[in-house]
Amino acid sequence: MSGPSTYNPSTGIEKWLDERLPIIRLGYDSFVDFPTPRNLNYWWTFGGILAIFLMIQIVSGIVLAMHYVAHEDYAFESVQRITRDVPFGWLIQSMHANGASFFFVAVYLHMFRGLYYGSYKAPREILWILGVVIYLLMMATGFMGYVLPWGQMSYWGAMVITNLIGALPFVGEAIREWLWGGFSVGQATLNRFFSLHYLLPFVIAAVVGLHIWALHVPGNGNPVGLEVKSKKDTLPFHPYYTVKDGFAIIVYLMIFAVFVFFMPNVLGHADNFIPADPLVTPAHIVPEWYYLPFYAILRAIDFGIGPIDAKLGGVLAMFGAIGILFVLPWLDTSKVRSMRYRPLTRWFFIFFVVAALGLGWCGAKNPDDFVLGIEGFKFIYLAKFLTAYYFGYFIVILPVLGIIEKPKERPASIEAAVLGTDKA
Amino acid sequence: MTEENGAPGADGQEPSRRDFIYIAAGGVAAVGGGLVAWPFIDQMNPAADTLALGSIRVDVSTVAVGSEITVMWRGGPVFIRHRTEAEIAEARAVELGALPDEEARNDNLPAGTPGTDANRVLRPEFLIVKGNCTHLGCVPLGLAANTGDYDGWYCPCHGSHYDTSARIRRGPAPENLPVPDYYFETETTVKIGLSPEEADNSGWAVS
Ligand code: HEM
Ligand code: FES
Repeated sequence: MSGPSTYNPSTGIEKWLDERLPIIRLGYDSFVDFPTPRNLNYWWTFGGILAIFLMIQIVSGIVLAMHYVAHEDYAFESVQRITRDVPFGWLIQSMHANGASFFFVAVYLHMFRGLYYGSYKAPREILWILGVVIYLLMMATGFMGYVLPWGQMSYWGAMVITNLIGALPFVGEAIREWLWGGFSVGQATLNRFFSLHYLLPFVIAAVVGLHIWALHVPGNGNPVGLEVKSKKDTLPFHPYYTVKDGFAIIVYLMIFAVFVFFMPNVLGHADNFIPADPLVTPAHIVPEWYYLPFYAILRAIDFGIGPIDAKLGGVLAMFGAIGILFVLPWLDTSKVRSMRYRPLTRWFFIFFVVAALGLGWCGAKNPDDFVLGIEGFKFIYLAKFLTAYYFGYFIVILPVLGIIEKPKERPASIEAAVLGTDKA
Repeated sequence: MTEENGAPGADGQEPSRRDFIYIAAGGVAAVGGGLVAWPFIDQMNPAADTLALGSIRVDVSTVAVGSEITVMWRGGPVFIRHRTEAEIAEARAVELGALPDEEARNDNLPAGTPGTDANRVLRPEFLIVKGNCTHLGCVPLGLAANTGDYDGWYCPCHGSHYDTSARIRRGPAPENLPVPDYYFETETTVKIGLSPEEADNSGWAVS
């Protein structure tokens, strides 16, 4: 990958294999002797954590699929049976359901890391775009997975989201029926969601492969945002970062274990313990927490603009909120990668994180309720303001600040930044 | 394009036989790709048995005046309300211009039929409509819980109000609740979901 290979097959068998399928060489060059910037902090450990969680989801999911029944009359009970009767089913089901949440926590931290340290900038645009593709696939996978237990939230979440697609002009209703495979969310929908929920994680795994390939061409970025200039700027991946990543993974898994064992259902919704009923809608439909900011953006658009009515406008804004990440590398005009050296942009970034969390809060609330009980200050108003900021950050703030902001002085090299010989 | 094979027309002159073969082969591959893709896309549409499962019979003799029932048809709810004289009068008094959606949305009548109450019922006392809010598909509340500001249905999901003809009056829902194909087989039984022959003799007409 970057630089000539340093692998030396030491045994006869390795040599024999290396001449036929240099797979050990690939692993060695990618994860053992891979030159890695010496200044990576813990924000760089979430990539490894994500890889572990993809494996946890795939292994626990394959086990669930051995006992799960994708039928509208049995799906709910089959999941209950997994948690009560199947040996260790309670553990594996809890790992899978909570694993999805922990997967999303990690991906959000990983993405905020990228936004703060400018990881999306040249020469890493493709790497970033592949990341956004993975994120989209995770959203689709998580959505379809949540439908499988066929509780009230499963059913009505599927109903609301598929109906959003019906907002598309002309083709919307045909596409909706095509997705449903019937005249409503039902057996056909459940069965195909199961098939796709099984498939997509493997597609994710393939895109992760491309993501790592694209990473290993320029190598890792790092907190000061300078490129590696000499060997002194780097350390071999093993043992330095295998140990650092390993430590972070263990701590993260410990927190995960607390949820899996002691509060397996806190991240779930009580209504999903009621079997799906097509005739009764729950009082308050909410998606899983990791979709809430986008749900808030969807609902913030309650007005039409020209030929676009409110329903279509909301859908466009929601998908636009993710779509805009694809073009981010070309929106940020600053040559400076790391926000450490961008004193002004840094504050706008911090408020961006606050806005994203605030949108999540709005998504969980009834749009007509009052924020903190302040008479007249409805959540919908807050959601509109934060939505405007969300888009403004990408469309106005980053392009403009990159031009007008005067960045702070940066160290001469990564080595200088680490060893404090900055002044040189 | 080299001249190796002696074909005429390299260097931007007449098209060669090889150019023709490229284009023809490419064209066949594209059409073939499309033909293979189509079955794989179309298989997700409602299957023949799903389409055939389309009809139910409902005995409405037990639905008293001023009450309603919800029945399941094609996987979703259908509301059947036995309207009072007052509810009928209220629905008929509304001017078309007061409706956000002026169309009848009645599967038994041509698209574009005006949305008067008369165009939405076969017999004025029985209002029969599909029960998924036209906004995002929630099931609106009715007589048992909340009839909204227009005495019909109220959808709590995002606040849509429907009138006593199940027409949208206020809120984010874009369309009236649609009227399914139906007719009265006898005085007291309704058949919902009709075969083409039944649809021809169902007694519906634009008024
Ligand atoms: C990207 C990886 C994955 C994510 C984010 C994910 C997410 C989810 C979620 C959120 C649920 C609902 C859990 C609940 O609330 O009870 C679920 C259920 C399920 N998933 Fe996955 N999943 C992934 C991978 C897989 C794989 C690879 C398989 C099968 C090979 C699988 C099989 C299942 C089954 C059978 C269920 C239904 C049982 C249940 O609800 O616990 N999943 N998934
Ligand atoms: S689904 Fe009825 S108002 Fe939104």
